[in-house]
Amino acid sequence: MTIKTPVLFFLFLSLTSLLYSQQRYFTKNGNISFAAGSGEDIDGVNKATTSVFDATTGQIEFAVLVKGFEFKRALMQAHFNENYMESDKFPKSVFKGKIINIDKVNFQKNGVYPVTVKGILDMHGIKKELETTGKLTVTGETVSSNAEFTILLSDYNIAIPSLVKDKISKTATIQVNCNYTILK
Amino acid sequence: MKKITIVIFCFGIYSGSLAQDLLSLVDKNEPKKKEHVTNAFKSSRVLNGHSMELIGRGELDVRILHRFGEINSGPNNLFGLDQANMRLGFDYGLLNSLTIGIGRSNVGKELDGFIKFRPVWQSTGPGSFPVSIILVAGMTAHTQPWTDTANKNYFSNRLAFYNEIIIGRKFSESFSLQLSTVFVHRNLVALANEENDVYALGIGTRMKLSKRMAIVADYHYIAKGLNKNVYKDPFSIGFDIETGGHVFQLLFSNATGMNEKSFITNTTLNWARGSIRFGFNLSRIFTLGKRH
Repeated sequence: MTIKTPVLFFLFLSLTSLLYSQQRYFTKNGNISFAAGSGEDIDGVNKATTSVFDATTGQIEFAVLVKGFEFKRALMQAHFNENYMESDKFPKSVFKGKIINIDKVNFQKNGVYPVTVKGILDMHGIKKELETTGKLTVTGETVSSNAEFTILLSDYNIAIPSLVKDKISKTATIQVNCNYTILK
Repeated sequence: MKKITIVIFCFGIYSGSLAQDLLSLVDKNEPKKKEHVTNAFKSSRVLNGHSMELIGRGELDVRILHRFGEINSGPNNLFGLDQANMRLGFDYGLLNSLTIGIGRSNVGKELDGFIKFRPVWQSTGPGSFPVSIILVAGMTAHTQPWTDTANKNYFSNRLAFYNEIIIGRKFSESFSLQLSTVFVHRNLVALANEENDVYALGIGTRMKLSKRMAIVADYHYIAKGLNKNVYKDPFSIGFDIETGGHVFQLLFSNATGMNEKSFITNTTLNWARGSIRFGFNLSRIFTLGKRH
């Protein structure tokens, strides 16, 4: 039986792709928190962030359920969902992007690697480009990601009524802290 | 033939590994979660009667309620604004589904207290339930001096009790509807021919105009126990206006009383004759306790 070149080629491709798929990392309980208060503390945290990234291509994605953000005050959480994020209409916020300098990260060697991420944040029905710096920390087989960036709420069509504009900031500072393990 | 199969198989694996949506790799087997439906009403009261909403755990709701005089009492009384009936109340959320509250009204110098419990919470997702069921039990005590001192006046004569079952549903973001039955028992009534027990059926609804404003209305049909020639069915209609921690309810009502016993058994004004009152409910939420 002779094996022809195209078959070998596809076999090779499929093998390499299998190798690649070993290099994906994921989490289902990442932390994403935000602060958007100016007169008072308006802080929410979501501890069930799903995120996956591909160590080879640098492709990285995050998804959170808007209703999963927890606040110290029940009323604040209700208003966040009902008045600002309209979470029944827009239940999920998703970021899809790329770590553009993934080649600088050595996943075989422990260390802290600064990275730049570029992509689209889809929130409150609005898709907008976003670029931020952060870092990847490699510790053995686990990787953690940390980033902090600020978004303008009006970019995402989130209106602050004049009555509460002293209390709510025009921007939200978002912090990302995720611990990944290898996706098998 | 075999080769082609291999090629197709390999290609299948290859294209599979190129899938652009990384999240679908971990999200696909995610079970849907049961979710409670919240904010059917902005406030824990429709206007006069209890709504299907409760305040959150650890929250204190300070409530200042006013009902002015009759609008048709003329310009000399500034269309009723000269006169004010009020209730000052404090509600506290012991749990997300258990609220207690106390209040005092100047009408009849009346104290009231209640326990409100939600055994069934409207939800979506697996194991969901289409409606919320709320139970309210309350008690009132008027503290006016007795006018008839010749009789022996027991403290229990001052008391009245009410029990209420509310079944409500938030049909959509803008429309909520609830039905209720109220039973009021008064230990002492003014006249010998009056009944101690009064039964009423209530309906309450909200239609949102915007994120922070809504039209609300509540009506109680007195089914049994009151002389309908004297006592009328209480009906109120008004606006909910929410501003952060406050909810203002501006309303027109034929009821003066601001607790269940009082507005159900003591409403004498008649909408048909235009003898109604302007009033407002002001609710301010303070967060005291920890949520978790």
